[in-house]
Amino acid sequence: MSAVAAVIGVVLASLLTLGVGVFGLRLSRTTSDFYVASRAIGPGLNASAISGEYLSAASFLGVASLVLSRGVDMLWYPVGWTAGYLVLLVFVAAPLRRSRAYTLPDFAELRVESRRARHVASGLVVVIAVLYLVPQFQGAGLTLGALTGSPSWVGGVLVALVVLVIVVSGGMRSITLVQAVQYWLKLTALLVPLAVVLVHTHGGADATTVRLHDQAWAVPLQRPHALYLTYSLVVATFLGTMGLPHVVVRFYTNPDGRAARRTTVRVLALLGLFYLLPTAYGVLGRLYVPHLAGTPAADSVVLRLPAEVLGGSTADVVTAVLAAGAFAAFLSTSSGLVVSIAGVVGQDVLGRWLPPVAAFRAAGAAGALVTLGITALSSGLAVAQAVELAFAVAASTFCPLLLLGIWWRGLTAAGAVAGLLAGGLLSASAVVATMLGAAPTGWLGAVVAQPALCTVPLAFLTMTVVSLMTPGRLPAHLESTMVRLHAPEAVDLDRGGFVPVAERAG
Amino acid sequence: MSSTPHGPRARVRVTGPRTGRRRPTTVAAEIDARTELGAVYMRSLVRSQLRLAVGVVLVVLATLGAVPLACALFPALARLEVLGVPVAWVLLGVLAYPFLVLLAAGYVRRAERNEAAFRDLAGARDVPR
Repeated sequence: MSAVAAVIGVVLASLLTLGVGVFGLRLSRTTSDFYVASRAIGPGLNASAISGEYLSAASFLGVASLVLSRGVDMLWYPVGWTAGYLVLLVFVAAPLRRSRAYTLPDFAELRVESRRARHVASGLVVVIAVLYLVPQFQGAGLTLGALTGSPSWVGGVLVALVVLVIVVSGGMRSITLVQAVQYWLKLTALLVPLAVVLVHTHGGADATTVRLHDQAWAVPLQRPHALYLTYSLVVATFLGTMGLPHVVVRFYTNPDGRAARRTTVRVLALLGLFYLLPTAYGVLGRLYVPHLAGTPAADSVVLRLPAEVLGGSTADVVTAVLAAGAFAAFLSTSSGLVVSIAGVVGQDVLGRWLPPVAAFRAAGAAGALVTLGITALSSGLAVAQAVELAFAVAASTFCPLLLLGIWWRGLTAAGAVAGLLAGGLLSASAVVATMLGAAPTGWLGAVVAQPALCTVPLAFLTMTVVSLMTPGRLPAHLESTMVRLHAPEAVDLDRGGFVPVAERAG
Repeated sequence: MSSTPHGPRARVRVTGPRTGRRRPTTVAAEIDARTELGAVYMRSLVRSQLRLAVGVVLVVLATLGAVPLACALFPALARLEVLGVPVAWVLLGVLAYPFLVLLAAGYVRRAERNEAAFRDLAGARDVPR
């Protein structure tokens, strides 16, 4: 394949991202703009932005790779990543928006009225964001490597640089516009090449369809521990979405709780539309590039498929489109994650010494550079699996905090901190063991590879039991907080005096 | 009607027996005053929304969520094909998505209905009280 066309695609995606980002710069001047775009974004634009930010390297490249290698059981990844928004919608979307918290640490401080809970939540935001960011940089390196033969660090550095320019210059408002454009760019970049490939292969696949009848690939639950692994994946993805810092911060940009719900329904529709495509790539990959299955190169199946099927200049153009889409995926998710690191570290750590906007910029730069270092050290787990591990940590920490905090009056600060620490430490150790390739074999290995089915109930249990043991320490403003979380904005009520940190500064 | 703060019982109230402090006059005022009645209104809103949310999640678990378990219990189901197309692939690869969107849209309609009932009860901001 021609590296030149692909590089042009990558450069165009980066320039488009930068261009929209710099355009947005004129609109973002105050602290509040930097953190959440002043909450003036409608459901249509916001739903595109949430979807654009959410569809990462794991969705664009990773799902097709897993479907190619391991078949039908892997369809639970995209289904879970979509269903996670339904769970978020019914339990979290409106109350979280009504809480007026900017970040998950803000929510923790509002609900349990404890600085310690806030700090633990801040630490977890950074852990989850970095775990999620590493596979994005890794995917970028892999993509540029597959297209041009460049060393694997080049792609990661390129993504880090573009994201830094956006975050340091524009903040959230520019990111919202960037993300909304990115969704449609990614959808087009998968849809058009798929259409070209399908038209080209029409009727020519009869000889190879036998590859689709391999039982271990085509029939559910054929691998060891498959039932446990599937349900653990379901728990992590269904419950993890609500605890992703870059997703949650977007809900604060809705005008009110009602808009937050309507935005979420649109997100579900946009994700459902998108996820039809990677599955198709995985199946086509099984037909035309079966030798990639199970190899580290499987993560590039989306990029390699056109060259295998088409050939000539058509293949070059189509591959360039796919490369542009892939970079849109790395850039959008990475910038969202770096913004959330910047928001939390900027407010809680650097905010003591620097003015808010400078703290935000410095924290964003530090986050991107540190992640780049970790990416260089980490082993090459499949991109979608690495991202799913971040979901497992989010499901084991922020999911219990949000669900119990919103729906159970009995949650205390001690319970919240104990649950966050228990769930966070257990799931993060499993994740680190998996990433380093140090997981044991057998049943214990399955639990370490997919910890959510064990760690999520443990986190819920810890949070509940410790709260019940400290009933005298219910937060002083619990009643006001419950009114704030649940009462529709149209009713004029006293919702307490909580002001998020970012607004205190401005 | 009311006495001045300093006046020594200038009038005798004849409008009915009063128990305790002055009662708030609207549901919103009850909630703001953190009275028992206000708490009951808030709890009924929270409970109706929670019941709805749990209901939606149970529907997902009983349908989509039951697919792996059904495949494990009945291997024939896992291999089921209709017109040469494997059912598991169609369910998870295609049909799951419109199903989730429909559930979400239905949830939003009901959640807004619950809130509208609460708003009618408590009085909206633009309605003079």
